[in-house]
Amino acid sequence: MTDVNANPAVQTGEADVLMPELLGPKALMWRKFKRHRIAYVSLWVVGLIYLMALFGEFLTTTEINETNRRAPFAPPMGISLFVAQEDGSSEFQLHAKGLKLELNRAERRRTFVVDPDKIIPLGFFVKGYEYKLLGLFPMDRHLFGPKNARDRVYFWGADRLGRDIYSRIVMGTRVSMSIGLVGVVVSLFIGVSLGGISGYYGGWVDNVIQRLIEFIRSIPTIPLWMGLAAAIPLGWPPLRTYFVVTLIVSMIGWTGLAREVRGKFLSLRNEDFIVAARLDGLTDWEVIWKHMVPSFSSHIIASLTLAVPLMILAETSLSFLGIGLQPPIVSWGTLLKEAQNIRTIIQAPWLLIAPGTMIVFAVLSLNFLGDGLRDASDPNAH
Amino acid sequence: MLGYIYRRILYMIPTVFLVSIVTFLIIQLPPGDYLDTLAAELSDSGGLDTGTLEALRDQYGLGQPMYVQYYKWITGILFHGDFGLSFEKNLPVNDLIWDRLGWTFGISLLTLLFIWITALPIGIYSAVRKYSFGDYAATFFGFIGLAVPNFLLALVMMYVAFKYFGQSVGGLVSPEYIDAPWTWDKFVDLLKHIWMPIVVVGTSGAAALIRIMRANLLDELYRPYVVTARAKGMSEFQLLMKYPVRVALNPFISTIGWILPTLVSGEIIVAVVMNLPTTGPMLLRALLVQDMYLAGSLILIVSLLTVLGTLVSDLLLAWIDPRIRYQ
Repeated sequence: MTDVNANPAVQTGEADVLMPELLGPKALMWRKFKRHRIAYVSLWVVGLIYLMALFGEFLTTTEINETNRRAPFAPPMGISLFVAQEDGSSEFQLHAKGLKLELNRAERRRTFVVDPDKIIPLGFFVKGYEYKLLGLFPMDRHLFGPKNARDRVYFWGADRLGRDIYSRIVMGTRVSMSIGLVGVVVSLFIGVSLGGISGYYGGWVDNVIQRLIEFIRSIPTIPLWMGLAAAIPLGWPPLRTYFVVTLIVSMIGWTGLAREVRGKFLSLRNEDFIVAARLDGLTDWEVIWKHMVPSFSSHIIASLTLAVPLMILAETSLSFLGIGLQPPIVSWGTLLKEAQNIRTIIQAPWLLIAPGTMIVFAVLSLNFLGDGLRDASDPNAH
Repeated sequence: MLGYIYRRILYMIPTVFLVSIVTFLIIQLPPGDYLDTLAAELSDSGGLDTGTLEALRDQYGLGQPMYVQYYKWITGILFHGDFGLSFEKNLPVNDLIWDRLGWTFGISLLTLLFIWITALPIGIYSAVRKYSFGDYAATFFGFIGLAVPNFLLALVMMYVAFKYFGQSVGGLVSPEYIDAPWTWDKFVDLLKHIWMPIVVVGTSGAAALIRIMRANLLDELYRPYVVTARAKGMSEFQLLMKYPVRVALNPFISTIGWILPTLVSGEIIVAVVMNLPTTGPMLLRALLVQDMYLAGSLILIVSLLTVLGTLVSDLLLAWIDPRIRYQ
């Protein structure tokens, strides 16, 4: 193959058409991936969600553990654009309408109604509570929120203690999305090692590992998870609980990956280039890492992307049942726990709708992204 | 065929053994043993009877090495059908669980039926009318079905049913029928309630099966034998049912193996949300108060029955598809 870029003919416009640019496998994959519209959009969405997880505090409006006795179950507030002036004209000013409690005679309880006189001006880069960006830089600016730091706005409503759901969901992103990532790293490690050993050596080792995988897949996961997670002592520090929950979730997630890796190993084992490498005197380790893994790494990345949403769903389910992460930690699952009974949901549907939408959104985009990556990494797909 | 059955059952033995070990470990996980809990409870209520405690300690081999405890526990189950005591309810586990297990598996099997009945026609339609509006709708439904966790769907459906249809939600029958003997009215009432958990649990499975069916059938639809049959003048529907669908159906049956565990899983979590009288709420409650013999027995039996179900599906598949028998 000649070096195309060094060819002087490429310099002229006409020759460009005649001499097609040669693309490497990565560039081809990227091109194929970009053609998959939904997957390409999902890549951006997933990127944004992870950015949200990183810079959570900057995006929030309220400290997540701050309670407000005057706003239990406050409904979501809308953002309005124009404020009516005294002389009848209206002026542009981003604001939210305040809420006040009023006795609802029909339902015999106090409900929130919009207070048209109370206007909370909103702005960008406002001052709010103090935090450390990325855990390093002390800051007190927030992307969007009330201009007066003492005002409170609830874009997605408040929970039973008057905590801001919007801020809590933004901060929950960090825990929920990172559990997916950490869990996937653990399953990658177990899956690739066991799957690799299984596929590379074959024979009885393969048989034992395959039986183990079949065993794990044949028992219902939720009861098993529940049993393991329930053994986590309540008194443990949040960080340790977090890691143990991640471990439990990934203990079952690795089987699918191990199967795929094994399949790839089996099909590659007798390929000419692997046989050649082995005859050249490379050790097993070198053959595996220098020749086999690179040839299916893109495929693995795709499977990993598809495993992340499964982990997220598992964490959410466990936390929702109250045996995964515990309340001081804010994750999408612990947020949904607030919406556990039908009476609360009827009173405050946003407790269910807001975190639920977020979960479905994240899982959908990760699924689309994984599908797109898988199609792109398979050279034979059409 | 007989050889295959023997081999398959032989493979099951280590699985069953592993299940029992994992369950036993789960029982042992919480710190302290049950008698500590029981002793604390009894001394709270005043009546601590050392004789009873010693008898129980001996029966479960507590304080002795792990393998002795395991041996006593497993032989108790195998030879005497004794699953131990539920310390919270102070009753033998045996008296508590069978009703609930029955409902769990009943609902899971009904869900399996529901999945087949919906996924088969939709999958076929989706493949035959590829890229039609219906196909896109099915694909969209499939993605949503896979992305929404079971319990979230259950909550949403309960909310909608309560708010817009005024239906009583939760439970399998209306409150007034709970302790009533079985009558036609109660049965009708049961049907009014049971569809909801079935639909909720089945949605993700149906979504997955629709995608599998569509992909399988698409592989078959453009094969030469289909063209030949069409050239001979067969009616399109007859042709479809007689050849490609039958070939595509095979992986459909083999999916019972992995779908059954997920159904049982899903049923358990949905039951907690909908407050069904099945294994889910009981297991959760037992785990939260660390009533471990009850929790362990539930996990053990649910897992074993699932393994059995998988075995049955494998045997069915071997019976239908000779290629598997002679592998």
